[in-house]
Amino acid sequence: MTLEYLQNYWWLLIAILGALLVFLLFVQGGQSMLLGTSPVRRDLIINSMGRKWELTFTTLVTFGGAFFASFPLFYSTSFGGAYWLWVLILFSFIVQAVSYEFRKKQGNVYGTKTYDIFLFINGCVGCILLGVAVAMFFFGAQFTVTRTNLLDSGSPVISQWVSSHGFEAIFNWRNLVLGFAVLFLARMQAAIYMMNNITDDPKFFANLKRKAFINGAVFVVFFLWFLGILLTAWGYTVIPDAFGTQTVEITPYKYFYNFCEVWQAGIMLLLGVALVLYGWARSCFAKKYTQGIWFTGSGTFLVVVSLFCVAGFNNTPFYPSLIDPASSLTIRNASSSEFTLTAMSYVSIVIPFVLAYIAYVWYSMDKKKLTPGELETTSHKY
Amino acid sequence: MTVVDWSRWQFALTAIYHWLFVPLTLGLSLIVAIMESLYLKSKSEKWLAATKFWMTLFGINFAIGVATGIILEFEFGTNWSNYSWFVGDIFGAPLAIEGLVAFFMESTFVAVMFFGWNKVSPRFHLAATWLTWLGASISALWILVANAWMQYPTGMEFDPAQMRNVMDNFWELFSGIAINKYMHAVFSGWALSGVFVIGVSAWFLLKKRNEGFAVRSIKVGGWLGLVGLLLTMWTGDGSAVEVTKHQPMKLAAMEGLYHGGYSQGIVAAGLVNPSKTWNNDEDEYLFDITVPYGLSILAKHNLNAYVPGISDIVNGIDVNENGDTINTVSYAERIRLGKLAHESLRAYDQARAAHDEAGMNKAVAELKENYQFFGYGYFDSVDEAIPPVGVTFYSFRIMVILGSYFLLYFLVALFAVYRKDWLQKQNWLQWIAIISVPFMWLCSEAGWCVAEVGRQPWTVQDLLPTKAAISEISSASVITTFWLFALIFTVLLVAEVSIMLRQISKYSKTNLEIDNAH
Repeated sequence: MTLEYLQNYWWLLIAILGALLVFLLFVQGGQSMLLGTSPVRRDLIINSMGRKWELTFTTLVTFGGAFFASFPLFYSTSFGGAYWLWVLILFSFIVQAVSYEFRKKQGNVYGTKTYDIFLFINGCVGCILLGVAVAMFFFGAQFTVTRTNLLDSGSPVISQWVSSHGFEAIFNWRNLVLGFAVLFLARMQAAIYMMNNITDDPKFFANLKRKAFINGAVFVVFFLWFLGILLTAWGYTVIPDAFGTQTVEITPYKYFYNFCEVWQAGIMLLLGVALVLYGWARSCFAKKYTQGIWFTGSGTFLVVVSLFCVAGFNNTPFYPSLIDPASSLTIRNASSSEFTLTAMSYVSIVIPFVLAYIAYVWYSMDKKKLTPGELETTSHKY
Repeated sequence: MTVVDWSRWQFALTAIYHWLFVPLTLGLSLIVAIMESLYLKSKSEKWLAATKFWMTLFGINFAIGVATGIILEFEFGTNWSNYSWFVGDIFGAPLAIEGLVAFFMESTFVAVMFFGWNKVSPRFHLAATWLTWLGASISALWILVANAWMQYPTGMEFDPAQMRNVMDNFWELFSGIAINKYMHAVFSGWALSGVFVIGVSAWFLLKKRNEGFAVRSIKVGGWLGLVGLLLTMWTGDGSAVEVTKHQPMKLAAMEGLYHGGYSQGIVAAGLVNPSKTWNNDEDEYLFDITVPYGLSILAKHNLNAYVPGISDIVNGIDVNENGDTINTVSYAERIRLGKLAHESLRAYDQARAAHDEAGMNKAVAELKENYQFFGYGYFDSVDEAIPPVGVTFYSFRIMVILGSYFLLYFLVALFAVYRKDWLQKQNWLQWIAIISVPFMWLCSEAGWCVAEVGRQPWTVQDLLPTKAAISEISSASVITTFWLFALIFTVLLVAEVSIMLRQISKYSKTNLEIDNAH
């Protein structure tokens, strides 16, 4: 395996982990629906989401770990640079992790409502800011990478970022369009997931249907908006030279061309969008249909993989620098060494096994659906 | 304080909080798995009740451990971005493997453990409980491998073109230091959980509720804790030998030892002199009670061995196994050679820009010669290369003294619990068992202080000092996030402790003595 092959392979794995993460954000979507619902409904939503939250959380951790291991220059540049963006994402996940377990426990000091607000915050902030973080793969950021800084004892940091350290990315409207698209996608999927996961409550089912419809419609608006921006945006094309340096050129309609030239990504995008729309429409309009989550879920997965593909493949820097194009991160210059990528590739053989046991556990646990009655009898609930 | 200090404080804060919860996860998951196995074997509901009780406490603790863990992982990027680039090629791998191989296992099966009672078969449920424990333990393995690697960097070489280290041997990550560290940490988790289980059970005895349950739990917790503590001591001894070999400066700081010698004694109790430095003539200790030969035995398993002190190491003096005095590289020389390494790397970079192949080769050859001291090139004076002695010295003593106390604790607990109906009447002993619990946490955290303060000023031993490992952010930003983290962690810790106490109190009022075995 050549280094190039390994870099492509790992970018694809990152894409797959990212796509799984976006699909699993339905947990956050559910949390974002908590405020303004009756206590009984809230319990039901939380107990439905609560049996999956660890999976989303673990995927986020693994996504971070895998990104670190395979593209450490990204980890170094983005996390240390867009400091506030990442710290706010982290905060929202700290308060999430405890809230499920603590919310109904006696002695939780701050009361159920506080923990529900924590979950709500994570639901909204987590989705929007992760969307913002991904949007930066296309719309770039203001940073420089100067490796020789390492030899400057007074100021040895190689990655430098504008002094707003992430706030500029959060308040960039193009990034926010994707952020809101992710939020409403997650909300739509949460509704469709609960239609599948909760049974014995026809009124709630009807309510979920309405939620799926509205959130899905808003998602479609934001997503098409994002797609419009993306397909008309300029991007960089990187031309590497023999001495390991790179020339970077501006290409109009870069991502549109990428979808055409990396045609597999184009097909995944179209197929993914079709699956999401099908799952959404059938969930909203068929009378008792509960399997929509599998269509919207796999559609979401394909769309996100395709977005990562056009962000990183076809000589495209996946982290464009707006102030110094030559500093832009590509899957070539940001990656780990051939040795590490090879070692990690052997480890990646476990991924199918991990997915298999997750699927098996999911199947075993979801075989019996959640009912409102169960919450009164079960020994462990949130 | 500078941004380096604040970044260190923030990382220390997160790590200290994280380690409040992790050892309990490591040990309690095992205790729960043992109890559930006993339930399946005996079919006795009383074991089921015990399993469920400890599982509830496990769950409360687990969530907050996870929350603090994710912060640590991401802080390598947010606050130590230079580090992430400089050694990310090696350090990132164990973190990724931890997520893929271990954390998924833990978090997938923990959900079955909590919610699967009526959804999956009893055998599958038991398997899930064991897999939760296994996941947690494998997770710890990768994290401690990563930590040990920073203290003993191996299996890599420097790539001057990219200005970073790249891995060239994966298996070297599993060094003696790594294996020792892993076992030391995991077994200490067993001991800590043993103390926790005994303490909580003693409270039940004190309240005269569910005494049978308490006695059963003390037996499981006592045995596991005793085994865990003995293994912790054994691996602690191994760690001391490894530290002597690879981080002699840390060992000297642990002892507050400036001028070493043969048959070196160990300070059992004492106060270090805060105004002592490596190059003044003041006394090392304000007062000390020394056990003869102690340090030579601890460090080299040899009564008469020579152990160097801080000043000896700085001046480059040591004694080899044959007893001959040898010259090692003095710290002043290391700084000089480190700066030379920086110069060679700069020369390489310039030659590369000029496409001067011969110049590149020459620079690389020079760089290789001095690369082992690369990190010293960031220092202007020897003082910068010496760890804080006071914190390391006192933490080490707190750990050892409390650790020894807890050996006695387990022995007494087991002795007492096997005397029929005796412990139930000894209120004073129950009180001691309860009051001792927080000291076990102190002991465990003190161990980490020794390991992490004692290795300063290095993030990667000899190669990258803390001050060159940071991100380019303002100290105002890090101060803000430090206090935000401190606030939120404390708020959550208060809730966690309060919920635990309430759960314990609630369960003390329900009957855990149902027995359907006969």
